[in-house]
Amino acid sequence: MAERSFAKEVRKLKLGEGETFTGEGILAITKALLQCGVGYVGGYQGAPISHLMDVLADAQEILGELGVHFEASASEATATAMLAASVHYPIRGAATFKSTVGTNVASDALANLASGGVTGGALIIVGEDYGEGSSIMQERSHAFAMKSQVWLLDPRPNLPSIVAAVEHGFELSEASNTPVMLQVRIRCCHVHGSFTTKDNKRPAMTVADALENPRRDTQRIVLPPASFLHEKEKISKRLPAAIDYIKRHRLNETFGGSGKVGIICQGGMYNGVIRALQRLGLADLYGETEVPLHVLNVTYPLVEDDLVAFCEGKEAVLVVEEGQPDYIEQALGAMLYKAGATVRLEGKGVLPMAGEYTGDTLLSGLGAFLRQHAGGMLAPEIRAPNVPAPPIFEDLAKTVPMRPPGFCIGCPERPIFAATKLAEQELGKHHIASDIGCHLFSIMPPFELGATTMGYGLGPASASAFNSPDAKRRSISFVGDGGFWHNGLTSSIGNAVFNKNDGVIVVVDNYYSAATGGQDVLSSRASNRTKSTKHPITDAIKGMGVKWVRHIERTYDVGQMRDTLKEALTTEEKGPKVIVASSECMLNRQRREAPLKKKAAAEGRRMVKTKFGVDEDVCTGDHACMRLSGCPSLTVKHLDDPLRDDPVAAIDENCVGCGNCGEVADAAVLCPSFYQADVVSNPTGWDRFWFRLRQRVISALQSRRERRRLTFGAQAA
Amino acid sequence: MRLGLAEGPDRTGSVIKLCILAVGGQGGGVLTNWITDLAQRAGWHVQSTSVAGVAQRTGATIYYVEMMPSDPARPDARPVLALSPAPGDVDILIAAELAEAGRAVLRGFVTPDRTTLIASSHRMLAVSEKIVPGDGRADGGTVQRRAAEASRRFVHFDMEALAKQAGSVISSSLFGALAGTGELPFSRADFEATIKAGGKGTEASLRAFALAYDRAAGVAATESAAVIPAGDTGSAVRGPRRLEAQWEELLHRVAELPEPVRELAEPGLRKVVDFLDPAYGGEYLERIERIAADDEETQGFAFSREAAKYVANAMVYDDIVRVADLKTRSARAERVRREVKLGEGQALLTTEYFHPRMEEICGTLPARLGAAIEARPGLMKALNRVVDRGRRIRTDSILGFGMLWAIGGMRRWRRGLLRHRVETAHLEEWLATALRERDGDYALGVEVLKCRRLIKGYSDTHSRGLSKFDRVLGCLPLLRGRADAADWIRRLREAALADADGVALDGAIRTVRSFTEEVGEHAG
Repeated sequence: MAERSFAKEVRKLKLGEGETFTGEGILAITKALLQCGVGYVGGYQGAPISHLMDVLADAQEILGELGVHFEASASEATATAMLAASVHYPIRGAATFKSTVGTNVASDALANLASGGVTGGALIIVGEDYGEGSSIMQERSHAFAMKSQVWLLDPRPNLPSIVAAVEHGFELSEASNTPVMLQVRIRCCHVHGSFTTKDNKRPAMTVADALENPRRDTQRIVLPPASFLHEKEKISKRLPAAIDYIKRHRLNETFGGSGKVGIICQGGMYNGVIRALQRLGLADLYGETEVPLHVLNVTYPLVEDDLVAFCEGKEAVLVVEEGQPDYIEQALGAMLYKAGATVRLEGKGVLPMAGEYTGDTLLSGLGAFLRQHAGGMLAPEIRAPNVPAPPIFEDLAKTVPMRPPGFCIGCPERPIFAATKLAEQELGKHHIASDIGCHLFSIMPPFELGATTMGYGLGPASASAFNSPDAKRRSISFVGDGGFWHNGLTSSIGNAVFNKNDGVIVVVDNYYSAATGGQDVLSSRASNRTKSTKHPITDAIKGMGVKWVRHIERTYDVGQMRDTLKEALTTEEKGPKVIVASSECMLNRQRREAPLKKKAAAEGRRMVKTKFGVDEDVCTGDHACMRLSGCPSLTVKHLDDPLRDDPVAAIDENCVGCGNCGEVADAAVLCPSFYQADVVSNPTGWDRFWFRLRQRVISALQSRRERRRLTFGAQAA
Repeated sequence: MRLGLAEGPDRTGSVIKLCILAVGGQGGGVLTNWITDLAQRAGWHVQSTSVAGVAQRTGATIYYVEMMPSDPARPDARPVLALSPAPGDVDILIAAELAEAGRAVLRGFVTPDRTTLIASSHRMLAVSEKIVPGDGRADGGTVQRRAAEASRRFVHFDMEALAKQAGSVISSSLFGALAGTGELPFSRADFEATIKAGGKGTEASLRAFALAYDRAAGVAATESAAVIPAGDTGSAVRGPRRLEAQWEELLHRVAELPEPVRELAEPGLRKVVDFLDPAYGGEYLERIERIAADDEETQGFAFSREAAKYVANAMVYDDIVRVADLKTRSARAERVRREVKLGEGQALLTTEYFHPRMEEICGTLPARLGAAIEARPGLMKALNRVVDRGRRIRTDSILGFGMLWAIGGMRRWRRGLLRHRVETAHLEEWLATALRERDGDYALGVEVLKCRRLIKGYSDTHSRGLSKFDRVLGCLPLLRGRADAADWIRRLREAALADADGVALDGAIRTVRSFTEEVGEHAG
């Protein structure tokens, strides 16, 4: 599994009755699962829920003791399909992935699961990657809950609330025979707080018990006529049961007394709404609000009578619903209309239609709503604010550079794209299809390669239209090892073979699912106690029927990489040309090697540490090397030399000696200013003898020349 | 001034809102955890959040912490705190890099009524700043000035350097700076207890913490300007007595030059002599003396000054011989040892990355032979097949070092080599152009000299530079005679330095053509 160790976090999973857990939200959910007697957990990693998966992977021992089965699923569809174990058996199960990319992948399994319904509680924890810093398309999970009729929890973003949501989630699922989705936003996953723990519970029925006592019920299988009955059962039985549970346990909360205006918000928006009210002077630090507030910890289904009752007697209510379309507002509008209510409904309009509801957005939205409908509640300076326009620092805006994410120091993917750029310099521009993963950073400067990204493992699939005998050029597509095993092998490689695609496919193999935190995949080279690894990607590709396969075992060999790409782009051979480019993710490699090196050094063993450098007097300051690298460690510095105009290249001390600089300088015929310095610690006796001998000869040659010429500066001093 | 709201009804006055802007990989998470732990140890309510994920990979990242003292009257009550910073509502902003401080100001997280901005003044250059063929670095001065204007209090110094000095990482020195400002009501011992509780690299962290603490608290003196050892820029000279005498003589000639020219002629002379020999220095001075003789004092000898700089650069062209010479000097070996911090008992291996092509080989052949080969494309191609490949040369080995040493020794025959002929001819032509333009338009002449800056690099990069140089000077006939000719040459040169592919230059040339041709039409 991930090279990072979660031993400290695992200890927190063992806390018992009445103890205090302190840590991140996502870890609190992990602990809550164990407290609820979950029987099995599956999922697919990705921000912001990777942590849950990683910690469980490191907690095999505790899980074993409790009889809990854990799987790192092949995809979100797999994870959701796994919940089938709760269909016939009263076993609680959980699946987790990031949303909405994960929900998209899972939706087939989700629809089938939701149709038949469940006996044991089935909880799907979706980590929302929405808003600032998000790496995916911005959509709502809400739509998935509605179309499959599964219930959607959106708890207030504090640890006790999300732990309670896990507990209620299982019970609600069991009470209504329906899977339940628990939505946690990215900041909520990473929020640091505490809650009082309970003992972990052994599942009432384990998967082992179920295996030994198999059950089946045709009524729960999605095949006519049962599937038609499911459709009706959802409305006639499951929905009323769910609403009954939600009402009985007061899952939705109302705060504040009475008043002529009110606010209805998603649970996840609660802190933001309260902060806006605090700043408007209408709520205190502990959330005591003067404006009545109805918090939907369950955003689907909506409880009609509760909502209508909340609105009763009010002149205006504001719906705070992040994301679009505005499903809740629309539903509420219909409810109020049918109930003949006269309350004024506000929502999108006062608040923006789309985008993250940040503190600033909520402050101005709530301020506008209250000014319009309850001006009397506001202090005079807020009712009629006289705020000076914020200063605009145009010069500063022009100065501060953009800083998008990019490849790490020593990343083995950098040379792949340097080689692609070099191949394009010779053969011209090509249509390049990108995929999800770290390698997508190729679209940024300095590489600026890649035109589309259509989904995980779908890079080559998204180039499948570009297969024409009339064109003189081939398409190039990328897919990472993570995407390859997730879905790429069939959707991309299999499809290309079957449809005789003539394009070039590059599989970026860095031994891990690196972008999500370095989890193992089938082709990982590490030994994993609980997983089967070391399955070569090339075998899978050949097994799929690809004839032209090349394996590059060291991506840093930029020349070879470029030549292989050129060959793939120009060969007469028909059918997909697949290049597997393999080198270990440098972040994980450093994590793996650093402790070993430290140990070796402590034991006095011979060790070599490589670093690259630039001869500043040889470098002319053109920065061609940077345009093929973008390595954070390769930077520029100003020389204190009045004859030089431009800064020269320099390599800082964070260099890990990957070799990309030298290889690129060589392959692109740049300049001879790069050198590689290997520092040998604890040299052997033989080493020392040789070094001394060589050094003596070299020194003699140096001083011979330097005696006969003028030497300047430091040299002469 | 508050961006969002007027002062008054806000009920969150007792909450301290702290925001951290960092570059992915800088340890912003560690710092956030420390601050959270610190407040927790004090029995405060604290909540921190971050948006990790892909932004961590070298991109700009943001962390947010809110904290407040607990109310003894309400021991069980939990405050409702926000999960993200709001513009105009931040008390302490920590920027782990200077440009990120600028970003914080732009996002409105730094306001003069309340924000203490603690920023490390070092730069981590963004990719966009590094890929420019000229100097693309953002102006730190603008950021510093605006940051100071936008904040209530601006504490800034190079926290990265202090961390390095202590053998630690920047999170430690940022934490120290935060403690040193006294903006949080916790004692130094509280801060240190948090670091100690972390248990990893504690001693180095505490050292970095202490250094930054003292600086922020005003105990330690202000920064001593970090001196970058910049190669051989000292003026000391050493060598055989005969050569030293010749050097002295050359220095006397420099002393005769007008004062503004001297400043650049001295380092120029040093560079040229270092490249070849004192006689070559004599050639350099002859050129400069000739140029300065009929230069105009009223112009401050601007033309001669630039000539002193660029003629030296032109005379010191980059060829294999120079590279081999530079790489085999004892001072260079010393610099590498310093850069890798070679310790006692460690050994150093060095590998040089070369990729000479036939063009470079021909340049180092006797002029007639080199030119003869170059004139036969078939032969060039055949020979190139043998020559054109990457060579890794080990300069710690006797053979590798010896080879480069021998090539470096070829400098004494340089005057007869093909490259020397080519470069000298090019130099003369350029200088003649500049002098000619100077006679008609002094400023234009100066700008022509400065265009030498475009020629740099090796092989393809060098050819690209040359072609840009030619294209810029190719506009001379269009511009000559215009009052803004010099200004346009400057703009063209800057455009040429803006990107590698010459897109900006193409645009600038089109602009020049548009108005010069228009003028032509009107005149016609």
